[in-house]
Amino acid sequence: MRVAAPIIATVLTLIVGSILFAVLGYDPLATLSAFFLAPLNSINGLSELLLKASPLILIACGLAVGFRANVWNIGAEGQLVIGAIAACGVGLFYPDPESRLLLPFMMLAGALAGMAWAAIPAFLRTRMSTNEILVTLMLTYIATLFLSWLVHGPWRDPAGFNYPQTALLPATAMFEPFDYSYRLNGSVFITVVAVFAMWLFTDRSFLGYKMSVSGAAPLAARYAGFAESSAVWIGLLAGGAAAGIAGMAELSGPLGQLSPQISPGYGFAAIIVAFIGRLNAFGIVLGGLLMSLLFLGGESVQMTLGLSASLTRIFQGILLFLLLAADFFIFYRLRRIPEHA
Amino acid sequence: MTPRLELRSITKRYPGIVANDDISLSIMPGEIHAVLGENGAGKSTLMKIIYGAVQADAGEILCDGKPIPAHTPAVSRALGIEMVYQHFALFESVTVVENIALSVAGSFDLAGLSRQISELSNRYGMPIDPQRRVHDLSVGERQRVEIVRCLLQTPKLLILDEPTSVLTPQAVQKLFGTLRQLAAEGCSILYISHKLDEVQALCDSATVLRNGRVTGTARPKETSAHELARLMVGAELPEMHMSPAIPGEKPVLSVAALSASPADTYGVDLKDISLSVHGGEIVGLAGVSGNGQAELIALLSGERTLRRSETIRIDGKPVGHLNASERRKLGLAFVPEERLGRGAVPTHALWENAVLTAHRAGLTRHGLVDRSRASNFAKGIIERFKVKANGPQSTAQSLSGGNLQKFIVGREIELAPKLFLVAQPTWGVDVGAAAFIRQTIIDLSRAGAAVLVISEELDELFEICDRLYVICQGQVSQSLARSRTSREEVGLMMTRTERSERGEISMGRDAIALQN
Repeated sequence: MRVAAPIIATVLTLIVGSILFAVLGYDPLATLSAFFLAPLNSINGLSELLLKASPLILIACGLAVGFRANVWNIGAEGQLVIGAIAACGVGLFYPDPESRLLLPFMMLAGALAGMAWAAIPAFLRTRMSTNEILVTLMLTYIATLFLSWLVHGPWRDPAGFNYPQTALLPATAMFEPFDYSYRLNGSVFITVVAVFAMWLFTDRSFLGYKMSVSGAAPLAARYAGFAESSAVWIGLLAGGAAAGIAGMAELSGPLGQLSPQISPGYGFAAIIVAFIGRLNAFGIVLGGLLMSLLFLGGESVQMTLGLSASLTRIFQGILLFLLLAADFFIFYRLRRIPEHA
Repeated sequence: MTPRLELRSITKRYPGIVANDDISLSIMPGEIHAVLGENGAGKSTLMKIIYGAVQADAGEILCDGKPIPAHTPAVSRALGIEMVYQHFALFESVTVVENIALSVAGSFDLAGLSRQISELSNRYGMPIDPQRRVHDLSVGERQRVEIVRCLLQTPKLLILDEPTSVLTPQAVQKLFGTLRQLAAEGCSILYISHKLDEVQALCDSATVLRNGRVTGTARPKETSAHELARLMVGAELPEMHMSPAIPGEKPVLSVAALSASPADTYGVDLKDISLSVHGGEIVGLAGVSGNGQAELIALLSGERTLRRSETIRIDGKPVGHLNASERRKLGLAFVPEERLGRGAVPTHALWENAVLTAHRAGLTRHGLVDRSRASNFAKGIIERFKVKANGPQSTAQSLSGGNLQKFIVGREIELAPKLFLVAQPTWGVDVGAAAFIRQTIIDLSRAGAAVLVISEELDELFEICDRLYVICQGQVSQSLARSRTSREEVGLMMTRTERSERGEISMGRDAIALQN
């Protein structure tokens, strides 16, 4: 039944979505088809699907490592932004723009920056027992505002007509697309590696085992002598590294430069992906594809039917809500109780 | 006369097992009736069915000759059936009367209720001050609160589930007095236990269960303990083999002048504790629960660490600052009192729970968990310790408490520890398995390990320990040789007061007043 919950939730989301469309005055079937089928009708659509699924899956894999140990990193969006900033700094200011090492260095910078950003809540939680949910979330706002300051100020492209964006990165700092007609590029392989690494870590490794004990029964972890602080550190650093690399891959992939808005909320959507995927590597792949389709569908109905862009967010919200509800009703049953029980 | 309660052919099946199979029994008004059985015999299921918390698949229940319709706990209580659970459900931070008021229907009249509580508790010889806060009460007093809560409903049938497992011998006598008085007034009592001597002392009749079936009925006062045990276990109990201890010269575990304040608000201060355990001997730590055992164990096991490392030594090496895993490297193994959530991860399979502490026994390779070895390790424990489980794949939470205990004890003993700490080794384990666990502990010690047993059951401690310490209010007594002490002496030391007729201590005000 636990496996069935995401499927039930998805079906219910479709039903609730249809009702929503009908109330808004659109033909539900036509709209659903524009939402879920039209984006997949072309090679470009499939390329876009993978392009968007890739960061979602990558980040969700990193976050799930922490979630399994009850370490709640809600700030992947901020770690993504910081990762992109660091990668961009390397890309713009590296002394030899022709170097073939530029791309690997950028990736390293993205990963380290994401980890550094996630290290702040890890340090605060292990040393001062602060709540990592709040700290990671608040650091997201700091990161996005920092990005905004950079692109409006010191890093603004002098030749950019005063637009708030950096100069374009050199070609060596970019992932080459598989085909120049489409945007999909080699960074998807990073995600493939991450999925496998995440499976190996959570499912097979002793360290992953210790983390799952910390999450499922903290007293048992203490009984066995597994340090709680290492679970917090690993959980947050894994999420930070994944989000940082995802930020770098966005920058070196479809973006090519920094602007105030570099992510359509991948860092937050990845939380939903991790849960739809049951914190399991292969479940996360399916969850990421579904969530990517929601992003594309939102754009599609916006273009063809003129529906609002907020619709994507609403769909995400409905899906997560119904998923949690489905989970709840699988484990608990509603029952009338007599008045004097 | 119509029986107060009559069960006719009650049957209850769960997937894989028949918990109750064709069980019939009847209780007369004023009768004290024992339901005797090992753990897993089906006692708990039967009680839940009688109380209405679980519905039987077949059979009927008659109360005063009438079948009970739509049986729920609320219906039971309306009929005058009340139950005192083994584990109390009291809010620690509020007063006795506030706790009781929560379960009494109707208006919230604390003053009136207080008067009723005082009056009732005095009448049955178990005085309680309704204004005291529950966290100040001893375990025995908490049990009184639960009983008074039931008595306020003027029950016709009172069910008690293993009520003496946490009481001192003196407090048990006190409880029996109350129960006899209740029975004399016409209240029927259903007394669930696996302790033969208590059943013989208290009960008029007994129904013995084994594997979900009735294996016999008896008049306990006229039946020998041996005969009752045979009905319960279905076979003769193995004899215990215990050769004299030959303790090693130097202590394996030594604690010197250990003082610590508790980690949580209602914990107990440990004051100047010194004790030692040598290889080759079994040392017991007796005490009524809540006197600092939990705090001491956490410090000994390394779940809590100390700044001053030399306070606790293993083999002479200061270990106070080391965590549980580091102490285990030095040869420590530990069975905690809580099995689910501490000794084992409830949602994990048994093979995964084997890895929890036995990972150092070669269950990991190159940083990966070796699943087949872990599985074989778990299988070995299941076979050697006769754990009832569907193999290494079943989750810890799917096992009964006794079976999980066998698994955890097995896992820790399999590690061949040099120092073995075990809390409540046979708590909730059936008689046969308990004998097996005790014998294993004895064998372990006679092979040279140092064993510290923390238990509330004096009988158990007297059966297997070479020496005893007594813990009371966070202080540990001098060492007592088992051969030169008695249950009565230890029972008194557990309460440290001469008020033998009260039979227990209060951890709160009057105890402190007494010390001053």
